Amino acid sequence: MSDASAHALEHHEPVTSTGIPNKKVLMWAFLGSDCMFFGTLISTHLIYRKISATVGGNFLDIRDVFDIELTSFSTFILLASSLFMALAVSAIHKGNLNSTRWMLFGTIIFGAIFLACQVYEFTHFIHAPGNELTLSTYRGEPHVFGSTFYVLTGTHGTHVAIGVFWLLGWLAYSFTGKMSTAHALDVEICGLYWHFVDIVWIIIFPVVYLMEYAL
Amino acid sequence: MATESIKYLAPDADNKAKTQVFPRPGQHTTGLVDWLTTIDHKKIGLMYGLTALFFLIIGGIEALLIRSQLWDHNMAVLTNREYNQMFTMHGTTMVFLVIMPLSAAFFNFIMPLQIGARDVAFPRMNALSLWCFVGGGIILNLSWFFTGGSPAIGWFGYAPLTDTRFAEVIGDMGPDFWIFSLQILGVASLLASFNFITTIINMRAPGMTMMRLPVFTWMTLIVSFLIILAFPAITIALVELMFDRTYGTNFYDFLEGGKPHLWQHLFWIFGHPEVYILILPAMGIVSEVIPVFSRKPLFGYGLIVFSGAIIGFMGFAVWSHHMFTTGMGVVATSAFAMLTMLIAIPTGVKIFNWIGTMWGGRIRFDTPMLFALGFITMFMIGGFTGIMHSSVPIDAQHQDSYFVVAHFHYVLIGGALFGLFCGFYFWLPKLTGRMMSEKVGKFVFTLMFLGFNLTFFPMHYLGMIGQPRRTHTYNEGHGFETWNQIATVGAFILGVGIAIGVLQFINSFFNKKLKPAGKNPWDARTLEWTLSSPVKEYNFARTPIIKARDQAWENNYGPKENHSEKEPLDDHGVHMPDRSWWPLITALGLLGLAIGMLFHRTIDPSGELVRDYTYPIIAGAVAILGMIMWALEGPGGYHLFPKEDEE
Ligand code: HEM
Ligand SMILES: [Cu+2]
Repeated sequence: MSDASAHALEHHEPVTSTGIPNKKVLMWAFLGSDCMFFGTLISTHLIYRKISATVGGNFLDIRDVFDIELTSFSTFILLASSLFMALAVSAIHKGNLNSTRWMLFGTIIFGAIFLACQVYEFTHFIHAPGNELTLSTYRGEPHVFGSTFYVLTGTHGTHVAIGVFWLLGWLAYSFTGKMSTAHALDVEICGLYWHFVDIVWIIIFPVVYLMEYAL
Repeated sequence: MATESIKYLAPDADNKAKTQVFPRPGQHTTGLVDWLTTIDHKKIGLMYGLTALFFLIIGGIEALLIRSQLWDHNMAVLTNREYNQMFTMHGTTMVFLVIMPLSAAFFNFIMPLQIGARDVAFPRMNALSLWCFVGGGIILNLSWFFTGGSPAIGWFGYAPLTDTRFAEVIGDMGPDFWIFSLQILGVASLLASFNFITTIINMRAPGMTMMRLPVFTWMTLIVSFLIILAFPAITIALVELMFDRTYGTNFYDFLEGGKPHLWQHLFWIFGHPEVYILILPAMGIVSEVIPVFSRKPLFGYGLIVFSGAIIGFMGFAVWSHHMFTTGMGVVATSAFAMLTMLIAIPTGVKIFNWIGTMWGGRIRFDTPMLFALGFITMFMIGGFTGIMHSSVPIDAQHQDSYFVVAHFHYVLIGGALFGLFCGFYFWLPKLTGRMMSEKVGKFVFTLMFLGFNLTFFPMHYLGMIGQPRRTHTYNEGHGFETWNQIATVGAFILGVGIAIGVLQFINSFFNKKLKPAGKNPWDARTLEWTLSSPVKEYNFARTPIIKARDQAWENNYGPKENHSEKEPLDDHGVHMPDRSWWPLITALGLLGLAIGMLFHRTIDPSGELVRDYTYPIIAGAVAILGMIMWALEGPGGYHLFPKEDEE
């Protein structure tokens, strides 16, 4: 948003009925809806999880495929990124541009590490020798696990990637010299999204990964 | 619309656009550019309405073809495949391209006026919703021209009909068009709903508390919540199906471990809330119309609002009544049967409220009121048959028979469409500034009412004696012919009625000879009737301060302390956001992305599947660029200086 329009906004940002800014209500409504998106994907995964339709009689023990150490690490990284995000929001509220920049940068890097882990994980699973798990097969036989697993975690990864690009946008903007506390709301909303995507992962990680080791 | 007293003031000098790819259309834009770049909720509503009426004609023609095919046993107007395509396209068109956008047209046009706002919360996003809706409609209907023609899978797209293995035509693209069109339409509905929710929660005029909101605005809010919570289920189901068809995943592929049953669940988790998405706006419209023409306040406002909310809430807990015959097990089946019966209670409450409103009133039978009365009676019949098939053993008889067809047309045409026509006759004068002929209106009502009942009442009986739905013909000797012929005659009468109605609406935009409407031709109660017809582009010159629920009525007849006041004129003037090209360009990008994905696969001469993502990537880049430019350009704006009473 350009300076001029931000200026226009300051003049005309309507006093809302609830006192909550419009953009924030919008983001909350979107997140409510996004819960249902992930709810549907996670249910699909859980419903299919125990269904082994392997034609060749290979029982799928997904533990042979998973690399739980790596995923635990990337989970930790993603959760840690939320801290940077929160600090970035607090910094921009205080008008501390330099610290905002660094915190945004930290969030982006951690988000990118998470994404890199996911890319590594996917390629690794698809080519796992003797245990290839693709979108439609396991060990070369038709299977559903790959379908639900990749589409679910891939959708989450897409969310993270969108978040990373959004944050990159703000980071770039901070170098134009136009960024000020007037943008605190926008960064905060970006943060809402980022935290939400993290929380979704807090559900996906136990339900998709850890549970395979417990049940 | 500009009046003389409106001075044009150059926007703050530094607000003048920097170098821009497209110069931003300014305040005085007219003609095509105005329509393509507008962000005015009234113009957007109008475009929603006109496009939906166009699709109503298309869907109607498809319906008449279906009815012609069923005129007699073993007719050959359509082949079996064409018949399947026809009912698929008819259903999908009517649900997603007619009833929903017609409702959206009213949400757009009426809701901001009813809450005393100058526009919706995010005007440019509103334009994006409109263009996505248009794009979705285009994609769906493009399917006729490509391999396999239109989808032949029903509006519910049941697996495994959508499995590529079972395609009747090799390389059938129909279901792919259907998938991408519904996805784009989903984007349109979701964005619009986020917008309406924010608008209603946040942009009410001072004093417009939640319990003073007009019922139509309440229904807009509830429907918007239903959309944002129900559409994700179908979106994900469609993503999964798209992966099945495009990348060979096994979600619904029963030969490779998938469960077609899951599709039914996901579809109806969306599908049942969807039927309330279709009916609640009409209920809102009728709740506005009946008090006006009964000269009484709405009976039981709180009850109507809360029963609407309860219907919306419970609507998420009854989806499996569409799946009673799939063998879900006794517990699930009984639970869903019970909840389905329960949901009839809040529905019944509303009907009693409308009756209570009319009770003892001085009823005027103008066209809007006739449609409202038609709505109540016919919706009731549809409700009764609904309760009938909430009983599991009875539903086992009804399922997939014409009885179900009768049920849902009574609620969808007799209910939703009559409610929307009621809204047109009621609110079009506000939009055009002209009254429509009562005579023609009553004629249209008579034709539609007669034609509709002739068409669909016999279907109850046809279903009972065993005529299956979704079947392109029947043999001699079942005794189906007579009633089918009556139904077909009725369908043509209904079609003529609707056509005359649509012509009458369009005529009222152009015919200068029609009587001017004035501010409040019906002596109605809500805020939009305090404004001139047609409404000025800034809606309210001064923001009203609301003192009572039926504000326009109170201003005319209420005690002094209930009269609304107005905020003082702002010397900054009324701030109007600028028009923008970016919503249209973003929507074009999304349209291109969908079409690019539809055609990204080709078979090369050696029979290999080749994927080429060039076009989807280009189109996706256009969409993303559109969004970035959108964010950078900001709302912009100019100021208008209306005089005190110019509204
Ligand atoms: C009193 C409230 C209602 C009840 C109890 C009810 C119940 C049912 C049941 C049990 C079915 C499944 C019939 C079968 O396939 O065997 C059904 C079908 C249907 N209902 Fe309703 N309904 C009600 C209101 C509505 C409303 C308000 C609408 C739409 C505006 C609606 C639209 C439909 C549609 C479109 C179908 C058929 C879907 C299909 O199979 O293609 N219903 N209803
Ligand atoms: Cu239902």
